[in-house]
Amino acid sequence: MKKKFKLQDLDCANCAAKMEDAIKKIDGVEDASVSFLTQKMTIIGDDAKFDEIVAQAVKEISMVEPDCKVLL
Amino acid sequence: MNSLTPRQRRELKEIIISGIIFFALMVAQHMNLLPESVNNAWLWCALYLVPYLIVGRDVVRKCFLGIRNGNVFDECFLMTLATVGALATQEFSEAVAVMLFYQVGEFFQRYAVGKSRNSIETLLSIAPEYANVIREDGTVEEIDPDDVEIGDTLLIRPGEKFPVDGTVIEGTGYINTSALTGESMPRSVDEGDAVISGCINGENLMKVRADKLYEDSTVMQILELVENASSKKSQTESFITRFARYYTPAVVVAALVLAFVPPIFAGNLMDWVMRACTFLVISCPCALVISVPLAFFGGIGAASRIGVLVKGSNYLEMMSELDTVVSDKTGTLTEGRFTVSDVYTADDVSRETLLGLAAAVESGSTHPIAVSICEAYDGDVTAFDVKDPVNYTGKGFGASVDGKTVLVGKRSLLEAEGISVPSLDDVAGSVCYVSADGKFIGRIAVSDSIKIGAADAISKMKQLGASKVVMLTGDSKSAAEIASKELGVTDYKAELLPADKVTWVEKLLSEITGKRRFLAFIGDGINDAPVLSRADIGIAMGSLGSDAAIEAADVVIMDDDITKVPRLMKIASKTVGISRMNIVFALAVKAICLILGALGIANMWAAVFADVGVAFICILNSMRMLTGKSENM
Repeated sequence: MKKKFKLQDLDCANCAAKMEDAIKKIDGVEDASVSFLTQKMTIIGDDAKFDEIVAQAVKEISMVEPDCKVLL
Repeated sequence: MNSLTPRQRRELKEIIISGIIFFALMVAQHMNLLPESVNNAWLWCALYLVPYLIVGRDVVRKCFLGIRNGNVFDECFLMTLATVGALATQEFSEAVAVMLFYQVGEFFQRYAVGKSRNSIETLLSIAPEYANVIREDGTVEEIDPDDVEIGDTLLIRPGEKFPVDGTVIEGTGYINTSALTGESMPRSVDEGDAVISGCINGENLMKVRADKLYEDSTVMQILELVENASSKKSQTESFITRFARYYTPAVVVAALVLAFVPPIFAGNLMDWVMRACTFLVISCPCALVISVPLAFFGGIGAASRIGVLVKGSNYLEMMSELDTVVSDKTGTLTEGRFTVSDVYTADDVSRETLLGLAAAVESGSTHPIAVSICEAYDGDVTAFDVKDPVNYTGKGFGASVDGKTVLVGKRSLLEAEGISVPSLDDVAGSVCYVSADGKFIGRIAVSDSIKIGAADAISKMKQLGASKVVMLTGDSKSAAEIASKELGVTDYKAELLPADKVTWVEKLLSEITGKRRFLAFIGDGINDAPVLSRADIGIAMGSLGSDAAIEAADVVIMDDDITKVPRLMKIASKTVGISRMNIVFALAVKAICLILGALGIANMWAAVFADVGVAFICILNSMRMLTGKSENM
């Protein structure tokens, strides 16, 4: 499954890179990209685990940049 | 300033209030306004903590959140450490000043990035916002473009946007394609013509049948492409990311050494720790990591404004280092339509007579030459009485036209019938000789005309650094030779089969030496797919509405305009130039400040400037790409 999310208050390019790396490491994720410029996150992953993946991704994001919100 | 988000407005207020209090405290402290009895360090500390916390509490909060999340060494930690260190050494005003300055810089940085994002979004606000559907009972309903279904009949009033790709079922007139192609020249459409989303209707009402859903229509495809283009990183951007990864730990180690090694010999631990903090603050690579992608983002935006879609930042970068440009001929450098280009008539034969007789003979054929002759003839071909048509396979045609025996074909056809044909000057294109009742009456040449601006585009490409411009074609050698002279290409290869084109491109690729490293191929997408993928950069033209071309190519030029290729080269070199400027500037300033900071000459003010100010300047520089006037490109 491939899903796109809009991110809010993502202001640091370094943070976007860190988030992308962290999300790629989540179990079941095939590929992920976080674009600092368009404030969008794309995750391609296992259909069955997708909800867990998203929840984990949200956690990773707030660990890197606590003020960044994911618009689900 | 009215484009601030609520959060930005709050931040600005905090900065201003904190600044005012800070300034008041500075004045009070230096003018000794407080009575002696209460003039001690703890009081001043408490007083200065007020503006410090107003402007810096977010930073401190994020620092602790970061530590809790395992993300210790981030900017907020460094700033907190540095300013707390300043407070501890009773440099109260310095602590507040540094925090204030840092937040001002961060504010401007966010504002600049936000503005760039808005700029791209307005650029891309070509997306239609509504659609008028004509229901079966004749009523017109305004709906969201997402809800348009295939087969729906849409009403497009004068000046409205076409919401989805479709076919005109009623109405004719002109439409404005500038949002997609960057061209202000209106395009004429008629019933049965295809129209694509994003175009703006002219002065006539039109009814259109929807052929695609909104999400599959051209506008959405373009928006997606441009958005995703930034994720295909250029070499420069990848380098910066890798650099940042090694750089950060290296700097932390250097800071630790700076903090703890010199005190072993020279004492004064606190002093060296402070310097190490300053050092760390200076070292943050934010300037590079933000400004380089931003420059490429701007470059892709600038390209899309002139109707060129670049599918990745890496392609934009490659465009600035083009060594060889290879182009298809028919349809790319030429119009792709055959027209009568030269008519020679024998004495006392009129042009119209010649064309009429030839057209009459050719009227049954669908061969491009026949079609162009018929098109060139102004009169009514059916008015002629045509009998006994003969097909001299491979040589030409003959028929009896109004009682005359007319032959249209190669010179050898006429000469075989005993007709003497005078020798005439060479002319471009395919020629056919015409005779009537055994006498030569004229010659008609049909050729494909070179596009206006093509020769100019080629000379610009050479000026901009391409050392070779090569034309590949399946057409005849003579046609290719004449075209090549008019176009000014450095070389051409003719009579090629599609597989031969790939071979030639590979040969040209291997011939690239020197600083400029890449080869671009320009074609019309559908037939040239293998060559487009073999080339470093595949450029597809005339793609208004062609899905196949958009898929196969790396760069898509929405209309047929080949002058966009040199313009793209200019945009590319400007983008790469700006990002290089940023890298050199940021690294140079940082290096100087790092050395000064380690030696203790630069204090924290300089540190914060090196970090935040440099980033800000680099971002402004990158924004030049976005706001550059497209006429200059």
